[in-house]
Amino acid sequence: MSGITSALQQHHKLCDDDFVAAEDSARSGDWAGCASAYGKFRDALLAHFGVEEEVLFPAFESRTGMTGGPTQVMRGEHVQMRDLLRQMDAALGQKDADAFGGAAETLLVMMQQHNMKEENILYPMIDQALGGDGELQSRIAAGLAA
Amino acid sequence: MQPGLSFEQAPPISVPFRFFLTAPLFGMAAGLLLLWQGPAALASRWTGVALALTHLIAVGFMLQAMCGALLQMLPVAAGANIWQPQRVTHLTHAGLTVGTLLLLAGFLSEQALFFRIAVPFMTVSLGAFAVIVLFGLFRTPAKGPTIVALRIAVFGLIVTLSLGATLATSFGWQLALPLTEITHVHAAWGLGGWSLLLVAGVGYLVVPMFQLTPPYPGWFARSFSVTLFFLLAAWSITRLPLQRPDALQAALACAAALLAVAFAIVTLRLQGQRRRKVAEPTLLFWRLAMVCLILAAAGVALQQLKPGEGEDYAGTPFLLGVLLLVGVFMPVISGMLYKIMPFLNWLHLQKIGKPGLVVPNMRQMIPEPRMMMQLKLHLAALALLLGAVPLPWLVYPGGLALIASCAWLEWNVVEAARNYARFKVGLAEKLAAEQPD
Repeated sequence: MSGITSALQQHHKLCDDDFVAAEDSARSGDWAGCASAYGKFRDALLAHFGVEEEVLFPAFESRTGMTGGPTQVMRGEHVQMRDLLRQMDAALGQKDADAFGGAAETLLVMMQQHNMKEENILYPMIDQALGGDGELQSRIAAGLAA
Repeated sequence: MQPGLSFEQAPPISVPFRFFLTAPLFGMAAGLLLLWQGPAALASRWTGVALALTHLIAVGFMLQAMCGALLQMLPVAAGANIWQPQRVTHLTHAGLTVGTLLLLAGFLSEQALFFRIAVPFMTVSLGAFAVIVLFGLFRTPAKGPTIVALRIAVFGLIVTLSLGATLATSFGWQLALPLTEITHVHAAWGLGGWSLLLVAGVGYLVVPMFQLTPPYPGWFARSFSVTLFFLLAAWSITRLPLQRPDALQAALACAAALLAVAFAIVTLRLQGQRRRKVAEPTLLFWRLAMVCLILAAAGVALQQLKPGEGEDYAGTPFLLGVLLLVGVFMPVISGMLYKIMPFLNWLHLQKIGKPGLVVPNMRQMIPEPRMMMQLKLHLAALALLLGAVPLPWLVYPGGLALIASCAWLEWNVVEAARNYARFKVGLAEKLAAEQPD
């Protein structure tokens, strides 16, 4: 699939490795390892949200005039996931493995079902609406690499 | 309005929870029936007791939990909205609960009256559910192997219901129909066409999602459901209109069994490659189910290859029934409930709060050691009931273990529902405390 959203789809998978490393380290009490893996995961996830909220969704909304629909739902879920990141931040600070693991698992399921909606429904709609907008594609790539 | 745009339309938490709270009760009833009837329950698959047991688990437990989960997940996972979700929920839940009791009464008492009530009641309630869900699945803009598998699965449910209604009609009004043949086809669609395809369609999504495994190979996921559908359809045609058990029919059944084995092996291999190494209860329930699926499918294939021996040995249907119902579908459902309910709790509590207010996480909803305990009880029930084939007296401890497993499951799902209510009050108090006026 080579649509405008393919970089974002790839990026969904990339976040997983650091997530697993952070979860494993927290369980084995390796808090330094956890902090480093979690830091990378957190940055990647927030960059992903940023690109969607600041580049992709506005482009889609202005093209289709659809502002109250799926992009609004996705923004709401980003807020929920940022909340879970804050819980993980706090658990990491207190070296609380139970709280970290519980928030991590909740984030994992939330994130996966969120990705599923994007990949199955929203991204195909966006690809259809925005077609081969090359400039937008490079702005997405730049945002994810940042 | 363009369909699928309102995919936030998750139903209220009471919609799926009522199904999840009811299902284990019918599992307990099946255990009680085993204790009451003892080894007589194993005598033949055609006794009223055996049919009552099968339907307590297949309709009372499995279909109950599956319908609840489907109503919940369709808007989220498939972008398919349900028409009139509240009414459909009431109707479906009543259809399943009262319907199971009617079937139970009918099979145990052999009174035609119960079937005369069950036929219109279950056809309308469950038929409406299936048609509405199928309609939603055809209107969704979402694509992919899960949608295809779910569409075929719900079609399979419609076939199962129609044949079930035909059988019940013949019990209710004493019609002369080829009951044995219809029963075989009814069971094959219920277990393969509906249940296994639902597990596959959901598995494509959740197996990679929960454990971070690689995805199912695209060619496999796309071809599995369609191939199984055509094999089942062809097999049914050789069986029903022609009513001639022959080599072609045996070959089709073996091919379908082989396909089920392939699904189980692919799933086990993917789980072996998982990146999250935690051996959590849901994963263990799934793996148990896949091992039992391989054994059951091997049993089905053997029965086809040596038909005479299979029929002489009365234990075979009981063995296959235990493997499929207690070994495959009950574990998958238990494992799924342990993910679905904690996540729904969190999701709905999240909506009550506001950003920044800490909502209890998934692991605070059902204590994990209690999920593991249910897994152990269920394994004991499975082992004892399989053991009851050579040693019929084991049906007593087996029935007890089945009651224990289902009671434990009920305790756990009640805990999830109670925690939801408790945390909801707690969050409301915190919110009120934050607002000075």
